[in-house]
Amino acid sequence: MRPSRSRLATRVLKPDNIAAMSKLQLRARLATTIGGAAGRVSRLAGRGDGSVIGGVIALRLEPGLLGLLATGRQIVMVTGTNGKTTTTRLIVAALESLGQQVASNAFGANMEAGLAAALARAQDAPFAVLEVDEKYVPSVLTATAARVLVLLNLSRDQMDRAAEIWLVARRWREALADAPDCLVVANADDPLIAWAAGGAKQVTWVAAGQRWREDSWCCPECGSHLHRDDSDWRCGECGFARPTASWVLDGQTVVDSAGRRHELSLALPGRANRANAVVALAVAEAFGIDTARALSRLREVSSVAGRYTTVQRRGRSVRLLLAKNPAGWLEAFDVLEPAPVPVLLAVNAQGPDGRDTSWLWDVDYRHLRGRPVFVAGERRLDLAVRLEADGVAFQLVEGVDNAVDLVDPGGLDVIANYTAFQQIRTTFGRST
Amino acid sequence: MSMPHRPDAQPAPASASVPVPGSVPVPAPALRAAGPGASSVRLVWVYPDLLSTYGDRGNLLVLERRAQLRGIRTESVCVNSDQPVPRQGDIYLLGGGEDLPQILAARRLRADGGLAAAAGLGAVVFAVCAGYQLVGMEFAGEEGQQLPGLEILDIRSGRGDRRAVGEILADVDAALGLPRLTGFENHQGVTRLGPSVRPLAQVRVGVGNGDGTEGAYAGRVLGTYLHGPALVRNPALADVLLGWAAGALPELPDSAEEWGRRLRDERLAAVSG
Repeated sequence: MRPSRSRLATRVLKPDNIAAMSKLQLRARLATTIGGAAGRVSRLAGRGDGSVIGGVIALRLEPGLLGLLATGRQIVMVTGTNGKTTTTRLIVAALESLGQQVASNAFGANMEAGLAAALARAQDAPFAVLEVDEKYVPSVLTATAARVLVLLNLSRDQMDRAAEIWLVARRWREALADAPDCLVVANADDPLIAWAAGGAKQVTWVAAGQRWREDSWCCPECGSHLHRDDSDWRCGECGFARPTASWVLDGQTVVDSAGRRHELSLALPGRANRANAVVALAVAEAFGIDTARALSRLREVSSVAGRYTTVQRRGRSVRLLLAKNPAGWLEAFDVLEPAPVPVLLAVNAQGPDGRDTSWLWDVDYRHLRGRPVFVAGERRLDLAVRLEADGVAFQLVEGVDNAVDLVDPGGLDVIANYTAFQQIRTTFGRST
Repeated sequence: MSMPHRPDAQPAPASASVPVPGSVPVPAPALRAAGPGASSVRLVWVYPDLLSTYGDRGNLLVLERRAQLRGIRTESVCVNSDQPVPRQGDIYLLGGGEDLPQILAARRLRADGGLAAAAGLGAVVFAVCAGYQLVGMEFAGEEGQQLPGLEILDIRSGRGDRRAVGEILADVDAALGLPRLTGFENHQGVTRLGPSVRPLAQVRVGVGNGDGTEGAYAGRVLGTYLHGPALVRNPALADVLLGWAAGALPELPDSAEEWGRRLRDERLAAVSG
């Protein structure tokens, strides 16, 4: 069901599209100008990258701004519970090989304000790759008439503020039924994703794998127990089954839609990032970009918004990994240097993290036995009790520098959830 | 900063034997052997494939650990929704779930009959959130329709106007002799208690059943809106369940309680303060 390569590529920025962009209404121009000024003030004040406040103000002045800013551009939306920011970065890298500007919300501000700010910052960019919060997918899809929607995965995440994931999938499915021109690039190994993408007219299926399976034991179509073995899945009751994938992640290599194998050899570590890269390659192909050429761009990406960065700190190499939910922690464990390299875990429960720490009990921390483990963050006592139950020796610390001082010179891996991660980056002066 | 925690001084970690949903066969039913002074306890985690939304495994891990620290062996079984529920377990655990899995779980459990039979034989049932609703007489489906529950606890649940999300504090029914409950709730249920059950607690912070009470219990069936790993912050409640199954329990050494107590104290201070 893939569209031909030329189909999307030939729509790439024609003169009439530029004309449409220049028609960006006065009100919208004013809104983006004022919003941009607010963003600069916010940046100068040291309050993050400034994109959200600028976008909020601009949207208040012109509620239809997102649609106006998207007019005439090729928009790629990226959503899912895990890997949005990294996959967005990888797709940008691939599309930049076309030699034209690509707008993107590279810092993960993924609700409407952040998206508007990203588009406003790069008004001449014919392409945009936007990471979109799961909840906002239907409205952003409608507003931007996105050409491509990437569906990575769906698992439990911040359940105190997010909707139940089956409801999220149902909304995606319904939104896609009303967007027949949108190509969906979807992970065939995640049953809930496969079900959501089933609402679309055009789907490129990617076998990107699924390590976390605790949210997909039931058929999304009928609720019955799913039969699963290795990577295949099928419902014994209604027959809903894993679609056949045209792109396949196979260990360290990718098999492309023509059946050719390519060694991935990414700078980014871990299985999850190899999966993200395969998705990015499938998107690149839809824009007519040769896989080998796209891959060479993907290999140049070595850190994403501080993630996977290694920081030298008092003679230690501190590597930062972000993990926000059980599926993410499982993938982070996969990336850890082998024991006995020490690890610091940091967990907060602020709004963006989810105020409920129950998810810690869905993570299997036994992976961490046999190495020094330090725990920090505002909810470090929750971590302590959790590690105790899993028989993992640990030591409480006040912060990342405290752990740095306690480990021998060498490596220290850090796994932190969202705001804990940002606090550590701030400690390091955002040099990351 | 505190001294490093060394679990080596304790018995083998409970989690070494924790089964993974979908991978563990259900053992053949055995005769009920637990009771006062029992040396082993059989824990049955009911339908983790449907009812395990957010950290529900924590309750199993806490019960295993607190039993093993006292020299009581545990045998844990995860029963998926395509498997029969064994009738000879000592403690049955039901977790939270989204609307459709909850409806499916209720339908399957009613058809299977194993859980109700075990409860009738005097087994302990600990049910949280969606599990709490479905052990009752009726509960609300995804469109608000009333559906039949397992009818092992005299409660009736419906759908409220607003979702209750946040920390909850509640003072436990004096008959149970327990300290204040601390936990997190995330539900839209409103539950009315029938004449044959007692409220588990009175709400101090949060919503609970919706009428100022929280949870319910009768005999050895106990349910609560404290979701997920409710027993983690309430180890005394875990001991009540274990005690119902295995008889009087010795106190645990302070070293085994330290981290749990510190977490509990921190949460109680954060929420009431």
